[in-house]
Amino acid sequence: MSIVDLQIPISDDAIRSLHIGDQVRLYGTVVTARDAAHKYIMDTFIHPPAIPESEQALHDELRRLWAGGVIYHCGPVVSQDESGRWRFVAAGPTTSIREEPYEADVIAHFGVRAVIGKGGMGPKTLAAFKQYGAVYLHAVGGAATLIASSVKEVLTVYKKDELGVPEAFWVVRVEGFPAVITMDAHGQSLHETMAAASAQKLADLMGTR
Amino acid sequence: MENLVPHFAELIRRASTDLPADIEAALRRAYEQENAGSAAQNTLGVILENVRMSRAGSTPICQDTGTPIFYVYYPTGWSTLALKKQIREAVAQATAKSYLRPNSVETLSGKNTGNNLGDDFPYFHFEEWEEDYLKVDLMLKGGGCENVGAQYSLPDTRLSADRDLEGVRRAVLDAVQQAQGLGCAPAVIGVAVGGDRASSYIKSKEQFYRPLDDESPNAQVAALEKRLTEEANTLGIGPMGFGGKTTVLSVKIDSLERLPASYFVTASYMCWADRRRTMVYRDGAVTIE
Repeated sequence: MSIVDLQIPISDDAIRSLHIGDQVRLYGTVVTARDAAHKYIMDTFIHPPAIPESEQALHDELRRLWAGGVIYHCGPVVSQDESGRWRFVAAGPTTSIREEPYEADVIAHFGVRAVIGKGGMGPKTLAAFKQYGAVYLHAVGGAATLIASSVKEVLTVYKKDELGVPEAFWVVRVEGFPAVITMDAHGQSLHETMAAASAQKLADLMGTR
Repeated sequence: MENLVPHFAELIRRASTDLPADIEAALRRAYEQENAGSAAQNTLGVILENVRMSRAGSTPICQDTGTPIFYVYYPTGWSTLALKKQIREAVAQATAKSYLRPNSVETLSGKNTGNNLGDDFPYFHFEEWEEDYLKVDLMLKGGGCENVGAQYSLPDTRLSADRDLEGVRRAVLDAVQQAQGLGCAPAVIGVAVGGDRASSYIKSKEQFYRPLDDESPNAQVAALEKRLTEEANTLGIGPMGFGGKTTVLSVKIDSLERLPASYFVTASYMCWADRRRTMVYRDGAVTIE
């Protein structure tokens, strides 16, 4: 069982070659977005008939970063040195299912190729993965220090003052970020298959006294 | 009362950054048992490396530092008001230093208090005892794993669980299966049988203070603890739910009195980042283990 190095931006071919259970090490630029950031995206870029003038620049920048790019569901603990440079101190994943109502729209709008998080997502997102060519990368929950160490550079941050540090759009360069594909672009979800397989094993255990 | 705030703060730092030896050893054994090159083994490898890095760099093992739960055993004559005040001060200091994430959210307003202090946060249990020294047990109980705890009222027709140890077995297996990988397996499962709904949950979480390799003093219960650990692992959920041989590190069961009308089985779920530490203050000296 080998580990696949995945370079961002990720091509459609690369995505289609991946399957649930594959292990990945990610390289390139990733943008964090959790609850408040997703709400901002829906309220500002996706629902309104036109993008407000003041938000156009951020929209275009996110479009550039996320074309073939990656969203990370994470609210990091960060620190800033004397020269104002940011560093990630603790950066484990947060539970992704809260973004289930929005993620398909975000994928469609921005051309995102991978979503990193914890615990998987639901059928709407799974369908979007298949339609647009994207995957779910399940990070190791709680590996806050190690994941922060894979963040080699904090390039910039957007909406920190409005949304707060944990909820802002952090643009970071990662090297060797470890993850497992648990939802692929072929309609497969390890969460579904594992739930079914373990339910069967449970039934067997309940059959014995 | 002596100023023990710096020692309480050190207890918190150690709990947050330094995983207990018995948990780390169990994770290492689990690593060795998984198939070479599997997602399960590599995930445990990432976890173990994270534990090493956090200890070396004094950084939180997991960014969700959870609910700090303090069990304070004090000699006669000590003031619980003073103890609580000092420990709360230490929690605020540890939060300012980023050993704890600000986790206390006012439920109705949605406002984070910013310093991990609230009317009912963190959680304290005070117990006067006949020893002549102070002991403080601290655990950090994360939110993700808290969300997959479950409480059953027996008899439960869905599980065919009656009011006996077989019913307890069925409830606990169901709880582990329902949790899938969402509680960041591999887990320790704390089980309480009896109590009312509140005391049953509290007793179930007290099990997490037990050393990993202990067993119930009741032979039948000890046998069930062992059996459940083995059987839960046959579910195959594995680390983080990726599939694997170790889903549960240990199952710890205790019982408490109940009303004739009630028979609760409570299964609390502790993630792999099973952060617990003890501070002893005796004869003017502090030890943290």
